[in-house]
Amino acid sequence: MHERKAMRAGDQPWVKWSLIALAFAVTMLMLVIPLVIIFKQAFAAGGANYWANLTDTYTMHAIGLTLLVAALTVPINLVFGVMLAWLVTRFDFPGRKVLITLIDIPFAVSPVVAGLLYLLLYGSNGWLGSWLMDQDVQLMFSWPGIVMVTVFVTCPFVARELIPLMQQQGREEEEAGVVLGATGWQLFRRITLPNIQWALLYGVVLTNARAVGEFGAVSVVSGNIRGETNTLSLHVELLYQDYNVVGAFASASLLAGIALITIVVKSFVEWRQARQRAPLDDQSDNR
Amino acid sequence: MSISIEGITKHFGSFQALKDVSLDIPDGQLVGLLGPSGSGKTTLLRIIAGLETADGGRILFHGEDVTGLHVRERKVGFVFQHYALFRHMTVAQNVAFGLEVMPAKERPPAAEIRKRVDMLLEMVQLGQLADRFPAQLSGGQKQRIALARALSMKPQILLLDEPFGALDAKVRKDLRRWLRALHSEFHFTSVFVTHDQEEALELSDQVAVMSAGRIEQVDRPQQLYAEPSSQFVFDFLGHVNVFAGQQNGTLLNQDDAWVRLPVGAAERVGQTAQLYMRPHELTLQSAPAAHAHLPLCIESISLVGAEVRLELSARGWATAEHWEVGITHTQFNSWQPARGDHCFAVPRVAHVFQAEGQAPETIRWQSGELDDPAAMI
Repeated sequence: MHERKAMRAGDQPWVKWSLIALAFAVTMLMLVIPLVIIFKQAFAAGGANYWANLTDTYTMHAIGLTLLVAALTVPINLVFGVMLAWLVTRFDFPGRKVLITLIDIPFAVSPVVAGLLYLLLYGSNGWLGSWLMDQDVQLMFSWPGIVMVTVFVTCPFVARELIPLMQQQGREEEEAGVVLGATGWQLFRRITLPNIQWALLYGVVLTNARAVGEFGAVSVVSGNIRGETNTLSLHVELLYQDYNVVGAFASASLLAGIALITIVVKSFVEWRQARQRAPLDDQSDNR
Repeated sequence: MSISIEGITKHFGSFQALKDVSLDIPDGQLVGLLGPSGSGKTTLLRIIAGLETADGGRILFHGEDVTGLHVRERKVGFVFQHYALFRHMTVAQNVAFGLEVMPAKERPPAAEIRKRVDMLLEMVQLGQLADRFPAQLSGGQKQRIALARALSMKPQILLLDEPFGALDAKVRKDLRRWLRALHSEFHFTSVFVTHDQEEALELSDQVAVMSAGRIEQVDRPQQLYAEPSSQFVFDFLGHVNVFAGQQNGTLLNQDDAWVRLPVGAAERVGQTAQLYMRPHELTLQSAPAAHAHLPLCIESISLVGAEVRLELSARGWATAEHWEVGITHTQFNSWQPARGDHCFAVPRVAHVFQAEGQAPETIRWQSGELDDPAAMI
């Protein structure tokens, strides 16, 4: 088998090398160069200026708000995602399939539309919003609204990562655990969680990246009040509209930095997952 | 610890998996639940363990009702078909799991746990694999670890769900012998599920044959094979040759073939009856006998094994399945039959089924009624 040379069109060296060159060229032009330019622009007026831009009061506030949003969104969706995945993979109940489909709504809906929906529902003229107004609770155009739409937009990431894995792993290990006398919490801590930990981390990384970078839905419900409801993504746009290009790029470089860290963590997690799965693939069951 | 199963029923949606199943398992016995897939045997086992809840009926351990007791409280050992080892734990951690999750007050000290685990691993002869992960073990090793884990809590009841189903023939045989030895050493009560009749008959003190959610027959292996109480059990355990005909007095007849029932057999007129015969209850002759005219044609010859197995088709009458008869290698060598050759079957013992669902009547032909030795092969 190894001797046989498959003679398909794609196997000719010049086709192969021109495809590789094209792929590299496109990646450079569309992905790498823009990323480099962000940092180049951010440092265009020198390091001191870059630092001054970042420590600007409004920028600092935007960074703080963005971190707050991520710090609230990630745990909420972590718990929600694990519960949902556990529910749909460990129990049979009517409407299970529908529930799995419903999880994908945030993926299917444009974030701007999601923002508008929340505005309609919770805004001062909305169904729930007007009642909340009477109770003196304001959700829209303040940080709780930003957290709410971010949770909405990022809620499928963890569940989507876990459901296929937990389906594939099945219930047997947990059944073996409960027969041996483990309580529900012990089952989760000692059996379920170790089995899903890398997929869970992967889901968290994706959730975090999206929570930090979300623009569309947030821009609808935030109202862009500088120093109050401005997240980092919104802040970049505001600075740019103010013709503060260096400032805009300095803030953008922070987002780009988070993106790079995300990619590194994501690759590491993928590598760990592959390593965890590898010995299972070449095990021989029948000897 | 004895197990009593009383009138258990179970539905999955509109499918009835178990229909009023009752079974008594005395203390210390090894009982096999045997049946085709979908017969409800695994469901019954899972209900005994508490992994599944019955719609009706009761489960008693040692006379005590455990129907409402949670799996965790039933303290049974359970061995899963696909081992269900904890994949992220080492072999030793797997075996220690049951002890480690005990409430702090009852949990033995760490040193004690380590000693127990070492002892259990010695018992399954896999002490050298304590630090391996399940993915690094072969199927047979995994199943032995699963057994050690199930025995770690010193259960008085051990339940096994197709324990050797995924293993190859040789490993299966080893493990079977080994389970039997463990059973007599530790004296727990075991119930195991299998669809392999050989395994059930070899391993069990008693076998419960299940079909379509019901227990067809419970008996010791010898009884089960020699005296099946229904057509289903007959068909399911080993090969059986069937002759269906119209009964007229003592004569059972179908087209060119007929069998004359021996004196004393129940006589009927104008009714259908079926004759069930095991391969060893028949001999083959070159000419028909006085009491039976069953012309056959040799379809295939299998020489592998302790005896030569012939597959035969009916000539001038009809059977649903080919007949199978075994002859010794000596007989085969002197007769030298070939594919397409004709011969006649002569029953010595047969089991008559008069009607569906009825117990059979076993009939024997006296040696005087058997044919002249000249025609013998």
